[in-house]
Amino acid sequence: MLLLDIVSGVLLIFGAFFGLSGAVGLFKFPDFFTRVHAASVTDSIAAILVLSGLILQTNLDLNTAKLLFILIFLLITSPTASHVLAKSARHGGLLSMPEKEQKKEIES
Amino acid sequence: MELLIDLVLLAMLALTALRIIFLKDLFAVVMLFSIYSFLSALIFINLDAVDVAFTEAAVGAGISTVLMLGTIAITGRTETPPTKSKLLPLLIVVVTGAALIYGTLDMPPFGHADNPVHEHVAPRYIEESPKEIGLPNMVTSVLASYRGFDTLGETVVVFSAMIGVLSLLRLRKRDADKNPESGIKAHRVLQVIAKIVIPMIILFALYVQFHGDFGPGGGFQAGVIAAAAFILYALVFGLSNVFKVVGPKFLRILAVFGVLLYAGVGVYSMAMGGNFLDYNYLAENPLSGQHYGIILIELGVGITVFAVMLSIFYAFDSQIERANIQ
Repeated sequence: MLLLDIVSGVLLIFGAFFGLSGAVGLFKFPDFFTRVHAASVTDSIAAILVLSGLILQTNLDLNTAKLLFILIFLLITSPTASHVLAKSARHGGLLSMPEKEQKKEIES
Repeated sequence: MELLIDLVLLAMLALTALRIIFLKDLFAVVMLFSIYSFLSALIFINLDAVDVAFTEAAVGAGISTVLMLGTIAITGRTETPPTKSKLLPLLIVVVTGAALIYGTLDMPPFGHADNPVHEHVAPRYIEESPKEIGLPNMVTSVLASYRGFDTLGETVVVFSAMIGVLSLLRLRKRDADKNPESGIKAHRVLQVIAKIVIPMIILFALYVQFHGDFGPGGGFQAGVIAAAAFILYALVFGLSNVFKVVGPKFLRILAVFGVLLYAGVGVYSMAMGGNFLDYNYLAENPLSGQHYGIILIELGVGITVFAVMLSIFYAFDSQIERANIQ
C-alpha cells in the first residue's frame, strides 16, 4: 500500500505542476492561440495525472469507475473545447502571430 | 486545512464579484458569473452540501451561462454607461448594507453547536428520517417528503418562469431550410464529439434522476442535465433539427404533465385517506409508500425542469436565429 501511496502522490504532484504551468502559460504567452495551446495541452495531461493519482487511492470499487468515467469524459471534451475555441477565433478573423507579421510586411 | 480552502475560495469569490461590477464587457461578465457559480459550488462541497453544490454547478454554471449568452446575442455585448447620478443608489446600498451588518450582530456565534438551526428540526430529521422514510440520502427525504409542499411550490415557480418567458419571447414559426449555417453549426469535429457525448449526458441525467434517493441528485439536477444534452444538440446541429426530436408544443405538455404528476400524487394520497402529499398512504407499508411517492414526485420535478429549461432556451435561440437572418 505504501508504494501505491508514493506513486499516487508523485502523480498528483506532477498533475498539480502541469496545471500550474498551464496557468502560468495562460498569462505569459503572447497571443490568443499560444495561450489556448498552453491551457489545453497542460490541462489534458494534468487531468490524466491527477485522476490516475486519485484512482490509485481507491480500493477498486464504484469510486474507481466514477473517476475513470470522469477521465474519459474530460479526455473527450477538453481538447474539443480548446479546438472549437481556436476554430471560432479563426472564424471570427483572428490571425496568428506569423500571419500578422506577414500582413505587416505586405502592407509596408 | 478546511478553513484555509474556505478562505481561499471566499477570497476568489469576492474578487470575481468585484470584477463583475467593474467590467463593461458583458461577455466577460457572463463568463465570470459562471466562474462565480462554480466557486460557490466548491464552497458548498467544502461545507458537505453536495446536493446544493450539484444544483449550483448544473444550473448556475451550466444552463444560466447559456441563457445569459443567448441574451447577450440578442441585446449586444457592451454595457451602456448610466446617465443618471450614482449618489442616490450608493446611499441606498450603504444604508441597506449597514442595516444588514447591524443585523448580523444579533446572530448566534457562527458554527456553534447550540445554534437554533441545529436544535429546531434538524435533529428530528437526522434521528427519525431513517425510520420514517428510510432513504440513505437525507436531503432527498427532507426535500421530497418532509418539505414536499415547498418543493411543489418550487416546481410551480419554475413552471411559471416558463410561462413568463414564453409570453415575452414568442417562438417564431419558420420553415426549416431557412436555418442559417453558421461557423459552429457546420463544424465536423463538434458534430462527431457531440454525437458521442450526448448519449452519455442523457444516461447521466437518468442516473442522477433515479439515484437521487441514494446519492446526491434528484429531479432538479437531472432535469437540467437532460436539458443540457438537448441544448448541446441544438447548438451544434441547429434549432430546426432538435425541433424534430422534441417540439416546443410537446415540451409545453411535458412541463404541465410534471407539475400535474406532482400535484396528482398529493391528491391521490388525499383520496387514500391521508393529508395532501402524505406518502404513507400510497402503499400498504408506509415505508414503501414513501419510496413510491418520492420517486414519483422527483420524476415530476425532473420532467418539469427539463421541459422548462429547454423551452426557455428555444425561446432565446429562435430569437437569435431570427436576428441572424435579418
